[in-house]
Amino acid sequence: MKITLEHLTKRFPNRSKNAPDVIAVNDFTFEIPDGKLVGLLGPSGCGKSTVLNLISGLLRATEGRIYFDDDDVTNIPAEYRGVGIVFQNYALYPHLTVEKNIMFPLENFKGADKLSKAEMKARALEAAKLVQIDQLMDRKPAELSGGQQQRVAIARALVKKPRVLLMDEPLSNLDARLRLQTREEIRRIQRETKITTIFVTHDQEEAMSISDQIVVMKDGVLQQIGKPQQVYDSPVNLFVAQFLGTPPINVFCGSIRAGKLYVGEEAILAAGDAADQEVYVAIRPEGFTVDENGPLSCSLSGVEIMGRDVSVVAGHPALDAGCVQLRAITPTARKLDDEAETVRFAIDPEKVLVFSRADEKRIPVALA
Amino acid sequence: MENKSMKGWLYLLPAILFLGLFMVYPLIDVFVYSFEEGYDFVSQTAEGVGLFNYSYVLHDPYFMQAVKNTFILVAVTVPASTVLALLISLGLSSITRLRNLFQTVYFLPYVSNTLAVGLVFMILFDKTDSAPGLINVLLSIFGVEPVDFIDGPYWAKMLVLCLYTIWVVLPFKILVLTSALASVDETYYKAARVDGTSKARIFRKVTLPMISPTMFYLIITGFIGAFKAYSDAVALFGENLNVAEMNTIVGYVYEVLYDEAGGGYPSFASAAAIILFVIVLTITCINLMVSKKHVHY
Repeated sequence: MKITLEHLTKRFPNRSKNAPDVIAVNDFTFEIPDGKLVGLLGPSGCGKSTVLNLISGLLRATEGRIYFDDDDVTNIPAEYRGVGIVFQNYALYPHLTVEKNIMFPLENFKGADKLSKAEMKARALEAAKLVQIDQLMDRKPAELSGGQQQRVAIARALVKKPRVLLMDEPLSNLDARLRLQTREEIRRIQRETKITTIFVTHDQEEAMSISDQIVVMKDGVLQQIGKPQQVYDSPVNLFVAQFLGTPPINVFCGSIRAGKLYVGEEAILAAGDAADQEVYVAIRPEGFTVDENGPLSCSLSGVEIMGRDVSVVAGHPALDAGCVQLRAITPTARKLDDEAETVRFAIDPEKVLVFSRADEKRIPVALA
Repeated sequence: MENKSMKGWLYLLPAILFLGLFMVYPLIDVFVYSFEEGYDFVSQTAEGVGLFNYSYVLHDPYFMQAVKNTFILVAVTVPASTVLALLISLGLSSITRLRNLFQTVYFLPYVSNTLAVGLVFMILFDKTDSAPGLINVLLSIFGVEPVDFIDGPYWAKMLVLCLYTIWVVLPFKILVLTSALASVDETYYKAARVDGTSKARIFRKVTLPMISPTMFYLIITGFIGAFKAYSDAVALFGENLNVAEMNTIVGYVYEVLYDEAGGGYPSFASAAAIILFVIVLTITCINLMVSKKHVHY
């Protein structure tokens, strides 16, 4: 099912009187296509959980409208919206067995939808099989591992065949290895059920790896929507560029002067016919190559070899205040002399993004 | 190892000494007294050993009256006060405005002196020759004939005693239940709501199981407390409880122990105390067995 948000806004009254309201979600407009997995991404406190709660109906929108397909559900309470939610702490009822937990939503059906005990059991088993926990039906939640509890929570959310599946930080309580496994699992379940799924996360890697689309937000304002790779390659502003990618993108203060892109006083690339202006130059860690004749000269702090990756940690006077040191991932670092005090880099123009110093928006520049 | 356990016993010694001297020894002594026949207070000797004390107590109409009163008190006040406390706590946790005010109001009885409040209850319910009492005045609005609640019929006196007992035990229960309700994670309610669960079902299937350990604690301590009731009756009806037909088991024990003449009958009192102990033990065991099925930790 397609979900459409139109000018969605949520304001919370401020705790202290006379202070302005807190705007958790500000004028959100976007459309989630049917059957897609969408990652809602942003730093803590940016309002992404609020968006989820608005879609679920647990919170009422202050302004704007929400549509499920063509139905306006803005004023429909949560219990009638037909959404399934997986909470960060799973919220499994500790006193009920796995089977009873999964059956819980079905027991609420009334009137014509009412199911017999046998039908409920069959539906619960079907959902449990989908998430591969059908062996654990008689256990209590406390007797399950974190990953198993997560699966029960997903089964409980899916058993009533919801129109939308919402997941609030579903992987945050799992350890690193299980997180990788479970996110693949979520992807598989979503593909099998073809249910429109929105999941909230602050972990960009998680969002990038399994989403059909990502929605990046900051301070309640929508920044960018798109396919993960597309957003990574061409972020609309400096925030999105910095938020996506590990290690984070390196940001320098620079300028464009006479068709050349400068970092500090060093001209690193040709900038085509772009107008002269003060800019931020952002270079992805994979955009550096160690090169004795390269244009960018840095003071070497060290070389870190971590399994597959070799990264160079270095300083540069023009680095933006937010970045203490620049980090370059490049196999060419292996030939670096650890004792050297300086290192020169050649820059891959494809990995360089230029942003306006005034409003931090991306400036299209044909670099070479 | 040896050294370590010695140290452990050393630390336990003060507690063992005090508990042994002032709790375990008297308990055993009471048990022994209850079987000693014709115990003489002055010479501290008994004529023999047997079950006569139990037989006497169980055939004493005052004791049977006390047992009847205590059971009615327990059967009425424990369920009523627990349910009432639960309703009030649910109400308190669902309002935001004036919540602190109400919390304070409901807690006030806990910090008031029960005897003084008993006097106030007595004045409220009392009907004298010159004045009908406030409660009777209120009742007369609804066309009810005035009743003497303090010196009148048995049911009226029992009603006042039950109301008073409920009023006295309510604050503690409300306090405990309010904090139990507050500790239930909000997400459970959200999850239940999204699944379209009705309010009644959320209460039955989510809230109640979540607070069941607290409920169980309140019910057990409520039973024990009500079986040991005494001061509430004294506060309302004075010390001559046998005459007022309002005596409780503990009251009976007390009265037999200190006869007007000064001597008293410690053997009869001990037998009555042991009977009370057996009753409380039985009820608590039943409680524990029932709770196994319904309490979720």
